[in-house]
Amino acid sequence: MPWLNGTRSQQSLSLNTVCFFAVSHSQITRLYSRFTSLDKGENGTLSREDFQRIPELAINPLGDRIINAFFPEGEDQVNFRGFMRTLAHFRPIEDNEKNKDPTASEPLNSRTNKLLFAFQLYDLDRDDKISRDELLQVLRMMVGVNISDEQLGSIADRTIQEADQNGDNSISFNEFIKVGNLQHIYVWAGDHYLILT
Amino acid sequence: ISFRCMGCSTEEMGLFLDFNPFDNLLCILLGISFTVWFTLLLVFIIVPAIFGVSFGIRQLYMKTLLKIFEWATHRIERGEPTSLEEEIKEIRRSGSNRDLDHASEFEMSDIFYFCRQGVESIMDDEVTKRFSAEELESWNLLTRSNYNFQHISLRLTVLWGLGVVIRYGFLLPLRVTLAFTGVGLLVVLTSIIGFLPNGRMKNFLSEQVHLMCYRICVRALTAIITYHDSENKPKNGGICVANHTSPIDVIILASDGCYAMVGQIHGGLMGVIQKSMVKACPHIWFERSEVKDRHLVAKRLSDHVEDKTKLPILIFPEGTCINNTSVMMFKKGSFEIGSTVYPVAIKYDPRFGDAFWNSSQFGMVNYLLRMMSSWAIVCSVWYLPPMTREEGEDAVQFANRVKAAIARQGGLVDLLWDGGLKRGKVKDTFKEEQQKLYSKMLVGTQEDRSRS
Repeated sequence: MPWLNGTRSQQSLSLNTVCFFAVSHSQITRLYSRFTSLDKGENGTLSREDFQRIPELAINPLGDRIINAFFPEGEDQVNFRGFMRTLAHFRPIEDNEKNKDPTASEPLNSRTNKLLFAFQLYDLDRDDKISRDELLQVLRMMVGVNISDEQLGSIADRTIQEADQNGDNSISFNEFIKVGNLQHIYVWAGDHYLILT
Repeated sequence: ISFRCMGCSTEEMGLFLDFNPFDNLLCILLGISFTVWFTLLLVFIIVPAIFGVSFGIRQLYMKTLLKIFEWATHRIERGEPTSLEEEIKEIRRSGSNRDLDHASEFEMSDIFYFCRQGVESIMDDEVTKRFSAEELESWNLLTRSNYNFQHISLRLTVLWGLGVVIRYGFLLPLRVTLAFTGVGLLVVLTSIIGFLPNGRMKNFLSEQVHLMCYRICVRALTAIITYHDSENKPKNGGICVANHTSPIDVIILASDGCYAMVGQIHGGLMGVIQKSMVKACPHIWFERSEVKDRHLVAKRLSDHVEDKTKLPILIFPEGTCINNTSVMMFKKGSFEIGSTVYPVAIKYDPRFGDAFWNSSQFGMVNYLLRMMSSWAIVCSVWYLPPMTREEGEDAVQFANRVKAAIARQGGLVDLLWDGGLKRGKVKDTFKEEQQKLYSKMLVGTQEDRSRS
């Protein structure tokens, strides 16, 4: 039928999202069509299985951690707003945004927030510190079965030693952002979507 | 050397004597090059312009430029292929000022590599979009191919309504009648031919009957097909491979040449058609249980190709329908047999009706109805030159080579992913490969350390 097909929610979302996420209208439309193509159940939300269906994500060693970042604590479904919110972290930092009102809250895609995203990939239990155990678990995800426990343990110990400043044997966010090269890191990611920090 | 210059004063002579012989050479060279230059200009440009003749130099220039631009765009789009190790090193290097002459161990920034890969694939990936119909740029008055349709104007809706009336009121009944006629004739005539004794007459008649019925079916779909390079048509004793978009591919190819079909025996109407077809000429039908036995399948196929009187086999190595924007992994079974492979590329024009069969969305009957109520099925078929397996090439490499040739001809994207991902999960071995690569990067440096 040649009538509106379920775009009412999209319309009401657009206005709010444009203001809040500072994303252009065409970007929203593109993301929305991507969201709907992933949403096989057609119920307006994505579950973890919907993400797992992307082969390139399924073979990513940290795929599960990245998928987890989309779901708030204890929830199993993410709606379009949440989907956009997480992806908004990866928009490039634009020059004109630096001159914005300093009292306004920091945009999602600021350098700090991008580093926070990476921090949360390490921080499995969301307690705002990376313990040795958590670091070990994430390392184990990245290397699979190819490195022994002892070697991995020594890598983890060395990393925590270098980063830890207050001696609590874990890495807090403040310590994380001061780690070696994270201050100036620059990651290119193709021409269409993201530039990290 | 003395110069005698009539009417030159001593000063001028002196000046003349100060001239370098090299300068004299320079003047001569300049003179020659200017003459040559002007002659070329005259001969190649001015004189033809006077007489209205063209050497085609500008066309050649344009063609060369186009080739260079294409190559450059291709390089940009493809990007420089980088490995996991190179990219992680790049990330580490960007953050630190010191010059790393050996890769350090694990850095916390390594996570950004996986993070970026992951988020990129969430925003867009190469595989999932191949399993749904291609999006069109312009609307072709079919609601099924319009994803964001809103009521825009009365005229447009009226036009659409008119389209509906024509398609469902006139075209559909016409096509359904033709389809029934075609299929009915096929069943009846092949059964009759089945009673004839084996021989040239039977083969000839069977070919004619098959061709005739397929041609009727082609008209039942209003399929407008352009065949290219028919001199490369598959010959007896060969295997014809093509990219798979829908069951209609079979009808399209079989209406231009005779093939032996391969497939599983179905029940119902399909089974009846299959059983009667095999009476007239030897097709290869498998029972459901036999399909799993790869050796049996390979044996029957190779027996068939060895018999040169039998028709070429038609196989779709992708194993499933893909949406005609890409070619996915070819299963190696048909490439192990060792006979000549005749690749065929089929490309549909989606503007008149999308031929892709999304089997998870529509059943066969629904799909056929959609096909018969589109405007038309327009496609191009290219017969590519035959290929054989080369020395030192295994079946997988051969399959990839054939796949690349088909993708190039049809203007499709060549993917290594398995079409089976439509329904199944990706194998864990790919993730393990990535983990292995990353571990090698970390541990490899440890070995260097212990050595140094």
